[in-house]
Amino acid sequence: MIKRDLVIIGGGSAGMAAAIEAKKNGIDDILILEKDGVLGGILNQCIHNGFGLTEFKEELTGPEYLSRFVKQVEELGIEYKLNSLVLDITENKCVTYSNEKDGVVIVEAKAIIFATGCYERSPGAIQLAGDRCSGIITAGTAQKYLNIHGYLVGKRIVILGSGDIGLIMARRMTLEGAKVLCVSEIMPYSNGLNRNIAQCLNDYDIPLYLSRSVLRVEGKSGRVEKVVLAAVDDKMKFIPGTEMEFECDTLLLSVGLIPYVSLLDKLHCEMSSTRGAKVNDQLMTSIPGVFACGNCLHVHDVVDFVTDEGRDAGRGAANYIKGLSEKKKHILVKPGNGVGYVIPQFIETDLNNDITFKFRVRRPVKNVFVNFKSGDALIHKVVKPVLIPSEMVMIKLNKDKLAGLPLDEIEVSLEER
Amino acid sequence: MYMLDVVIIGAGVSGAFIARKLARYELNVALFERENDVGDITSNANSAIVHSGYDPVPHTLKALLNVRGNAMFDQIADELDVHFNRCGSLTVAVSDEQMAMLYDLEKRSHENGVEVRILSADEVKKMEPHISQEAKGALLAPTAGVVDPFNLVVHAVENAVDNGVELHLSEPVIDIVDKGEYFLVKTPKGEYESKVVINAAGLYSDKIASMIEDIDWHLIPRKGEYFVLDHYEVGLVNHTIFPLPSAKGKGVLVSMTSSNNYIVGPSSEPIDDVEDFATDSFTLGEIRRQATELVPDIPFNQVIRVFSGIRPTSTRHDFIIEPAKTNKRFINVAGIESPGLVSSPAIAEYVFENYVSKLFNLVEKKNFNPRIKKYHHLNEMSVEERNAAIKENPEFGTIICSCEKVSLGEIKELLDRSVPPHSVKGVKRRCRAGFGKCQGGFCSPMVTLILAKHYGVSPLDITWDRKPILEEEVKKI
Repeated sequence: MIKRDLVIIGGGSAGMAAAIEAKKNGIDDILILEKDGVLGGILNQCIHNGFGLTEFKEELTGPEYLSRFVKQVEELGIEYKLNSLVLDITENKCVTYSNEKDGVVIVEAKAIIFATGCYERSPGAIQLAGDRCSGIITAGTAQKYLNIHGYLVGKRIVILGSGDIGLIMARRMTLEGAKVLCVSEIMPYSNGLNRNIAQCLNDYDIPLYLSRSVLRVEGKSGRVEKVVLAAVDDKMKFIPGTEMEFECDTLLLSVGLIPYVSLLDKLHCEMSSTRGAKVNDQLMTSIPGVFACGNCLHVHDVVDFVTDEGRDAGRGAANYIKGLSEKKKHILVKPGNGVGYVIPQFIETDLNNDITFKFRVRRPVKNVFVNFKSGDALIHKVVKPVLIPSEMVMIKLNKDKLAGLPLDEIEVSLEER
Repeated sequence: MYMLDVVIIGAGVSGAFIARKLARYELNVALFERENDVGDITSNANSAIVHSGYDPVPHTLKALLNVRGNAMFDQIADELDVHFNRCGSLTVAVSDEQMAMLYDLEKRSHENGVEVRILSADEVKKMEPHISQEAKGALLAPTAGVVDPFNLVVHAVENAVDNGVELHLSEPVIDIVDKGEYFLVKTPKGEYESKVVINAAGLYSDKIASMIEDIDWHLIPRKGEYFVLDHYEVGLVNHTIFPLPSAKGKGVLVSMTSSNNYIVGPSSEPIDDVEDFATDSFTLGEIRRQATELVPDIPFNQVIRVFSGIRPTSTRHDFIIEPAKTNKRFINVAGIESPGLVSSPAIAEYVFENYVSKLFNLVEKKNFNPRIKKYHHLNEMSVEERNAAIKENPEFGTIICSCEKVSLGEIKELLDRSVPPHSVKGVKRRCRAGFGKCQGGFCSPMVTLILAKHYGVSPLDITWDRKPILEEEVKKI
């Protein structure tokens, strides 16, 4: 058994930012546990550019972006262990990890930050109909095969889901000589960022079919031979007679990302509809001293916001370790009309001058008010010309606005203008 | 070419246990499998229930061999190092009419020699907090269990091979010629002479049987589709939960598995094409509807996989275990649908006692070992045991599958055994790498590279199941 003030699980952008911020806030005894052989997480395989516009005011590739943080981690002398997977965590904050050199080690921590990222929804999870053969693969796995190992998973591709990784992979595989036949999205709107639709599909004449999904995959030979798409109605039921058949060798899935926090399930941590933990204004979960940030809390569309959230968790954990984060209240934050979820789910301390509320809308809307209400009292109102589910919304509120609420709850909702 | 004593066609669970049984004796036995792995088709895709035997019609082979097989499972699980849990089954009645049927089933159970007990609604609800409020009572069969169906077959074949059986993978039997004293068994790779042939070819057993004579039975295969849920928490159900059986079979069950996942299914639809393993949303929706009648709050957002399996149901509706009409040295083991998995060790005994033992003057091998060499199961070890294992082989410390926490050492250990995996699916079936919530999204590239390195081939040659995962190597800059 060893002891550390702060153990950070995951050395991607959230974990590194959390470590750097905790260190800057006076916590010296930090350990980052990273399951892969390098720091940086999924950014290592994101070799396209466009990262860092907010953080660095320039467009970097994933590896360039992460290397700036690795440099800071090294310069600050923060300890990290690679190829080290966390096997278990207990309520009294003992973290068990395993690697080749140390074997299995239990670390007793004063605080823990989960920065474990997310995983891709699998063909099984969407109950994909048809044959289960080679050539059905998630976009991120195909990206790893291509950008890390140098192998193309297919030559004629249909992509299901308009998530950003799928869009990026449509362009990437086209550049490597594959033919991407189309992207099919079950929703009536795209789930990717507009800039990715323009730069990855439109620029390469790849059609995007909305309100269409895979009716079945045919691949009795053991490899995908054909994908049949069909239109869906507003209840997501297939409409007979709308079938489109594509002869192809691969079906790439980009059908959603899910926070990867199975270790929290066992601790009976309170979970949110995002499938991440519920957190307070310090990004602390319902288990005292256990924090969460980045894609394992809720899936982000821009890495700079992951980095920011990592910093918030780093500060939150530092406050906790220093005994500053006494709970003074318990204000519940709820999603209201048109809003999928809001983070944080609770406000419990007075430590932040401004509280950033992050949320996603359920469907695209134009020209709306975002209302912050407590009971009948309107605390704050913002006008937004356009909100879409693929872009996270962030609205800052000064803590003075939260003083003297009629109810111990705030609801964030949309109202037509 | 030397004369084989016995050729077994099909390395599914029946062929596997027959091979293991014959491996005890001084016989030259060869086991032929058309797929690239053992237990790859029907044995790979079923409910994995070690049925108690309450349900088969008394005095059928199904009834006899189910009960006999069930009793053998503790020893088998121990000798073959296979996960097995006698969790018991509950057949739940949700109406007074069904309650009356339970008493009939109780009678049938006693006739089959199966220990059962009728539980009141209160007792059921206490044992199974998530059961439907409509439950009126249940038939508890404590001897029922769940088993790891993948390693059951792999380890049985491994044990057979370790004791001298030849295994021929990816070698379908395409013709058999009765030469009087022996059979000529033809595959795309060669011709083999054998005194005895045992046809355990599952979905193809009618075709194999027809190679030597006209048969008076045929297969009417039935597809069953399933959901698999992640092991997100313990206690959704603590037993295998069955509805009342019907003409179509034992119905849609909800069960925990030997790996603490949950399984929901199967459907039961006759099909024409034994290669049609596709799932469809209509059938899955129907399974979901039926399952939630028994267990209303199944969390379907925890589904990690859907799959289908095909049962080799025969027109006789019982196991067909008998010699060909024209040649007593050709033994059919056909129509092995449910309860085939649990019956398989007893099927092997039956085939041996009634047929094979009468064809040879048998001598037991002096050095037969019924046990396989233990595998390292790191997740079942204490921290101290784990550290001892890692000290011996540091690769046990490197975790490749983060969902199921499978180490590099455990994957490589598979490759050094006598029935090693050749595909990513083969690795998954044996050690659970890729079996978790991300379904191999993270670990499958690593598994592909490990296999390529071990077999000294390009990653382009590594298959998921039958066909490669990768299409092309990109140009290096």
